[in-house]
Amino acid sequence: MSSEQEAESIRCLVAKVGLDGHDRGAHVIARAFRDAGFEVIYSGLHKAPDEIVQAAVQEDVDVLGISILSGAHDTLVPKIMDGLEEYGAAEDTLVLAGGVIPEEDRDELREQGVAAIFGPGTSVEETIEFVRENAPQR
Amino acid sequence: MTMDADDRSLLEDLLAGEHRALARVISKIENRAPGYRDLVSELYAHTGNADVIGITGSPGAGKSTLVDKLAETYRDRGETVGVIAIDPSSPFTGGAVLGDRIRMASTVGDMDVFVRSMSARGTLGGLSTATADAVKAMDAFDKDKIIIETVGAGQNEIDIVRTADTVAVLVPPGSGDDIQTLKAGILEIADVFVVNKADRDGADRTVQELRDMVQLGDGSGHEGGGHHSQEIIDAHDDWDGEADDADETDAGWTPPIVETVAIHGTGVDEFIDELAAHRDYLVASGEHAEQVRTRYAEEIRTLLREDVHAMLETELEAAGGIDDLAEDVRQGETDPYSIATDVLEPVATCLENLETGPDGSGTE
Repeated sequence: MSSEQEAESIRCLVAKVGLDGHDRGAHVIARAFRDAGFEVIYSGLHKAPDEIVQAAVQEDVDVLGISILSGAHDTLVPKIMDGLEEYGAAEDTLVLAGGVIPEEDRDELREQGVAAIFGPGTSVEETIEFVRENAPQR
Repeated sequence: MTMDADDRSLLEDLLAGEHRALARVISKIENRAPGYRDLVSELYAHTGNADVIGITGSPGAGKSTLVDKLAETYRDRGETVGVIAIDPSSPFTGGAVLGDRIRMASTVGDMDVFVRSMSARGTLGGLSTATADAVKAMDAFDKDKIIIETVGAGQNEIDIVRTADTVAVLVPPGSGDDIQTLKAGILEIADVFVVNKADRDGADRTVQELRDMVQLGDGSGHEGGGHHSQEIIDAHDDWDGEADDADETDAGWTPPIVETVAIHGTGVDEFIDELAAHRDYLVASGEHAEQVRTRYAEEIRTLLREDVHAMLETELEAAGGIDDLAEDVRQGETDPYSIATDVLEPVATCLENLETGPDGSGTE
């Protein structure tokens, strides 16, 4: 009855992790997601993997978008994935990575559970479309 | 109440202290997911232990920063904390950027501070119900202190913070004119005033203005304030401690004004003391019971309104759908009042039949 009146909103955490101070891209994505009708939680800069995991679990987000331009994705992303696993959240959270991630690193990230990687030049529409189609149905 | 197996195990996980389960339950509450009502009604049996604090104030007043320091101080005292931070959503897309979490940096990595961001999803009155239910979930999760944080921008927000036992209103310095505009709204619901950013110019003046306002409010609030003072003087003649206590209870609660510099943590201890003092006052004066009753009465009303509303939606469909009816009004064939009467008629007839039915069967 009343459940039909409430449109379920896609919840996203846009996260900056590690010692990487470039958040322009994260801001653009956060804004674009908002305009697409998503609920966006922005982590702020310089977060540790633990903090990202805590936010993702407590906020019960459908989508976790990690923005990394520092090149530290090899160490930071696995820590986040392990943390999500620990709280039983890895399974039904759509994890995306964005930023500067070299082609040769991408397969490894995908193996760890990153659903998609959006490098420089990706249009926001493409990202939004991907989220709409792949956000977990709960 | 019946619950399906998934919800049952979700409830058990929540009561066992699993963060993921609490997060999931709050999502269900927010989404009004199927079965959420049964879930919430099961939660009620496990609630009643938490102190609920509402914090509101204009944008940029420093709410999130203060909440952060508050949570940190409570944690230092060994208490667990839940925070519900509410941000507005876009009326156009329904999207929202929930940014309060950024300011809550002192307690990150500490899972015993559970921060949850929520947005107003555009349903009138719905958010205050969802907030109240989320508070229940955190209460059942065994949080000692639950803090609700929201921008104080109107009736909706006022309804939200009213789900708290104690309401603190933040007033930044130099907002003399703001105080005037806020007077009729949010300042009336304050149990504690906080002049945050108290190291800035104009803080003293803001404190003074608030003090004047609080005293004015006291005078007009109690009929014949002068007479009351006389009573106090009379009581003073045969002074003893007990009589004094009684007088204080009679006099009601006068909102204290606390000065803080949230970013440095200055004044947070005093703030916590005042929150505790208000809590003690509520319990001692019996106002708490009254407050809780009022809150539940409001919740029952809201739920009933939602349910009846849903029934009427079905009724509207049967009557040809809202669009066609609206078009009829546009064409000048009828008017909204007639339509409302027509749509409601079968419901009204049903109720009448129930009431006038023979004794005994009337309640069937």
